[in-house]
Amino acid sequence: MFDELEQVTSTGVERVRAAATLEELRSVEQELLGKKSPLAAFNQRLGALPTEERKEAGRRVNEARTVVQNAIAERRRSLAADERRQRLQAERLDLTEVIPAPGRGHLHLTTQTRDELEDVFIGMGYQVAEGPEAEDDWHNFEALNMPPAHPARSMWDTFYLDLGEPETVLLRTHTSPVQVRVMQSQAPPIYIVAPGRVYRYETPDPRHLAVFHQIEGLVVDKGISFADLAGTIETFTNAYFGPGTHSRLRPSYFPFTEPSAEFEVTCIFCHGDGCRVCSQTGWIELGGCGMVHPNVLKAGGIDPEEWTGFAFGFGIDRLAQIRHQVDDERDFLVNDIRFLSQF
Amino acid sequence: MLVPLSWLRDFAPVEAETSALVDAFNELGLVVDGVTEIGAIDESVVVARVLATREHPGADKVQLVDVDAGDAQLQIVCGAFNFQAGDLVPLARVGTTLPNGATIDRRKVRGEWSDGMLCSAAELALSGDHNGIFVLAVDAEPGVPLRKALAMEPDVVFDLDVTPNRPDALSVAGVARDLAAKLGIPFSLPEGPPLPVGESRASVAVKSKDLCPRFTGIVLDGVTVGPSPAWLARRLTLAGMRPINNVVDVSNYVMLELGQPNHPYDLARLPGEGLLVRKGKKGETVTTLDDVERPVGPEDCLICDAEGAPVGIGGVMGGASSEISATTTSVLLETAYFDPMSIARTARRLGLRTEASARFERGTDHGGIERAAGRFIDLLGQVAGARPEGGLVDIRGKLPKPARPTLRTKRVNEVLGTALTADDVRRYLEPIGFECAPARGGWRVTIPSWRPDSALEIDVIEEVARHYGYSNIPRTVPLSPNVGRLTPYQRDRRHVREVLAGAGLSEAWTTAFLGAPDLEKAGLARDAVGVANPLDQAEPLLRTSLLPGMLRALATNARHQNAGVRLFEVGRVFRPPAGGDTLPVEREVVAVALAAADATAAVRVWKVLSDALRLERVSIDAAERAGLHPTRAALLTADGVELGEIGEVDPDVVSTHELDGRVAWFCVDLERLLGAPRRPTVFRPISRFPASDIDLAFVVDDSAAADAVEDRLREAGGDLLVDVRLFDVFRGPQLGDGKRSLAYRLRFNALDHTLTDEEVGEVRRRCIEAVESALPATLRG
Repeated sequence: MFDELEQVTSTGVERVRAAATLEELRSVEQELLGKKSPLAAFNQRLGALPTEERKEAGRRVNEARTVVQNAIAERRRSLAADERRQRLQAERLDLTEVIPAPGRGHLHLTTQTRDELEDVFIGMGYQVAEGPEAEDDWHNFEALNMPPAHPARSMWDTFYLDLGEPETVLLRTHTSPVQVRVMQSQAPPIYIVAPGRVYRYETPDPRHLAVFHQIEGLVVDKGISFADLAGTIETFTNAYFGPGTHSRLRPSYFPFTEPSAEFEVTCIFCHGDGCRVCSQTGWIELGGCGMVHPNVLKAGGIDPEEWTGFAFGFGIDRLAQIRHQVDDERDFLVNDIRFLSQF
Repeated sequence: MLVPLSWLRDFAPVEAETSALVDAFNELGLVVDGVTEIGAIDESVVVARVLATREHPGADKVQLVDVDAGDAQLQIVCGAFNFQAGDLVPLARVGTTLPNGATIDRRKVRGEWSDGMLCSAAELALSGDHNGIFVLAVDAEPGVPLRKALAMEPDVVFDLDVTPNRPDALSVAGVARDLAAKLGIPFSLPEGPPLPVGESRASVAVKSKDLCPRFTGIVLDGVTVGPSPAWLARRLTLAGMRPINNVVDVSNYVMLELGQPNHPYDLARLPGEGLLVRKGKKGETVTTLDDVERPVGPEDCLICDAEGAPVGIGGVMGGASSEISATTTSVLLETAYFDPMSIARTARRLGLRTEASARFERGTDHGGIERAAGRFIDLLGQVAGARPEGGLVDIRGKLPKPARPTLRTKRVNEVLGTALTADDVRRYLEPIGFECAPARGGWRVTIPSWRPDSALEIDVIEEVARHYGYSNIPRTVPLSPNVGRLTPYQRDRRHVREVLAGAGLSEAWTTAFLGAPDLEKAGLARDAVGVANPLDQAEPLLRTSLLPGMLRALATNARHQNAGVRLFEVGRVFRPPAGGDTLPVEREVVAVALAAADATAAVRVWKVLSDALRLERVSIDAAERAGLHPTRAALLTADGVELGEIGEVDPDVVSTHELDGRVAWFCVDLERLLGAPRRPTVFRPISRFPASDIDLAFVVDDSAAADAVEDRLREAGGDLLVDVRLFDVFRGPQLGDGKRSLAYRLRFNALDHTLTDEEVGEVRRRCIEAVESALPATLRG
């Protein structure tokens, strides 16, 4: 009987292993372990055995059943894995053949530059101030220490508007009138930057636009000195351009600051070694700055003996132009999507 | 301002390297725009004596010249004929490299050998004079290098960018004074012989002392007009001026050296032998040296002959009638001080900026007039044999008084962040002529007459800073006591930009200028603020809308085959002032323009934006809007406030902009948009029970807005209705004309239990009834 059992078990296991599909495996399972299976027949024959043999024979039959069951379970796992593999194989996708959906849009390079500049100064405790683009002569010139017919006014070629008396209302030539407006409306300490659009009566060329953007900084507090100005410019330079960039100040002239300076930063491309961008000087001229002229503080209603301040300003588009090596600044205004989508 | 190093050395022993000088100038704020190293004239350019001139057998435009070159007799082919046997001329021998880089070879010209080249002054970069060979006026042996014969040394010319506040630096002597102080070397301005005093043959009168507070005249006789000597011509050339004749050249030389413009008149050509200074009359004109007849008026200061006929515009430009000519023998020299503001006004109004006006409008040194006149007399004596005849007539009005501010040492350090002593301060000031007398807490400073830009304590502090050196000032960072952050408006504006960019739109930036035809083309009213001096005559207005600019941007893209471009812009628009205001009404708006898209595309973008801002329902009410499609446009209103407009651009407007297809558009006032009521950010509980979805389709008259259906559904659905979504719109003959089917999916959900079929049925019934009773609509069966 045991030989016979052995025989049934081994052919059963072979049949299980030969089953090609889950379906076939299920019918083989029925045949091998069902009520009419040889193994079931063995169980019935156990009753006929003497008691002393029955126990051993029962154990052997159960063992044979376990062997077959294990073979079936193993075969089922393997077939299921094969089937899954085949099914997923058929679902293969080339993830590089995807037709793109309409893409994201792009913020204008000027906006991106402006936001980044604002964020640096916000981090330094500054607020962002704004003012009108159409200004009166007083805010744009007179309050900035340039009385009517002051020769320095010729430094800013001005668009005048057909409003009021001739040459009394204009398009602001710089963001500096915002300084005055802030001083008039807010008591010191003042720590602000004023970004915005400005206008110059200038024929556009690759480095100049008639309509462009500036950012202006103003600090008015007790004991503010030129050293604070120089240190602030250096801190900004490091924060915006990255460590290793430095700044330097050179005397210059603006009617609304005194002492006045131009500030330059180490060339962001050659780091001071000299290259095409910086005309081999190692420095890039960025903007103007200086200590707020006492007359300007007075025009803003602030006592220059009690408070001192500094101001600085530079072109946002010009900075972006240098940083991104745009040959012609006029491209900023064309709105060609091939320009806009590069940034 | 072009400043030759050799000229600076007339006033200070400048020995530093060029690079150190560039640094010094930059630190002084006399920014160096360029440096030109003038090399020595090649040793192989020698003095040669013309022995004979002969005709060239094969050409008549050139001749053959035999010269004695010292060590050889050479034949030279020459194209000039302005010399004769016996003259000394410069000869560039074979192998010479000329200043323009050309190298002289031995070569045949029309079959005749030329062993070198005879040179003009221009070819040797001695002056701009191209007229013939430079015939030498010196006594030298043939073969001697020219540079030795003429004592010419290499030079360096600095191109300085002089800021408008520094008239003193528009002179070689002024630059030398500043430089010497920076370098710590002595500076001296040589004193000339005393000016002659006494009566003058010329009559000089000033009627407008307010415009011309100081006017001097002196007569020089015995003038022989001719070319200037080489040294003078060379200096003027290096400083960027063209030598003309000795009288004009001396005039320019004095201006460049001392910063004092001056004017020599041919006395014989001045009727009445004198000058009269007066204001212009209304309607009067003056013909200036450049042969232009210019209108003048009472604001302008005129220089007239003694009979009152204008001979020039004072401080700006002289006239042709009394110009120095080859026959001039008597010169009346004008050296004056004009009111800077008046010169600035006149020069600006006439659009005439001259070397003289540039200096006068910044303020010349009225205390330096004698020195300048003396220098002129001295030089014209040297180069033209002139001698003064009679004394200097000096007419004075009210001249600016020297400013004498008190400079507090403490204030210097407070403003600069330095720790200078009073003596340090004085050491920086005195070398530039700022005299310091002891005063409480510092110095009483007397500002020199050549520094009209300086008057206040802060001006003097700037001088201290310049000479101490900006780079020596320490660097500190002030700590802001304020919190740095954007205002809610500024934060939201950034958000608007980012949402629109995220929705696939790119940001445009269009110009603020446009013309009436641009407004007309865009179907907009012409009520705009005008620009008095437009850069482009076609764009004399400020934009009242972003529409024209955005359409132009779409058209530009279309022209470059960039199809389907989606743009937005955040920018200001301008309207004429309201009420008694002086400034225009200026509003910040956000506009969206989508090429090849219809009005629904605009609404989709708008929904994204309004959802991002959590706006409470904004109504979209059909309306006719200028420039927009009459039946595809609507007003956007929130809480009764008009935010802006939405829809599609009028097809005619689209086609006049050379665009194809439809253009979707919306534009809203940014301040109003950001001020519109918003959904609160309070948490709304989420149900843990399953929801029930039902679909309802209504046949609705075209006259009723879909939004009205949705409003009724929301009202009727109450708290149980958690979502309504329009998912299908259908028009067809079975519905009849002027009707469409709107299908909505409604989701019902309760917070505390699963809704029963009865409950859902009840609310469904209420919704249907609400729509059918309020609108011309029926449930589609």
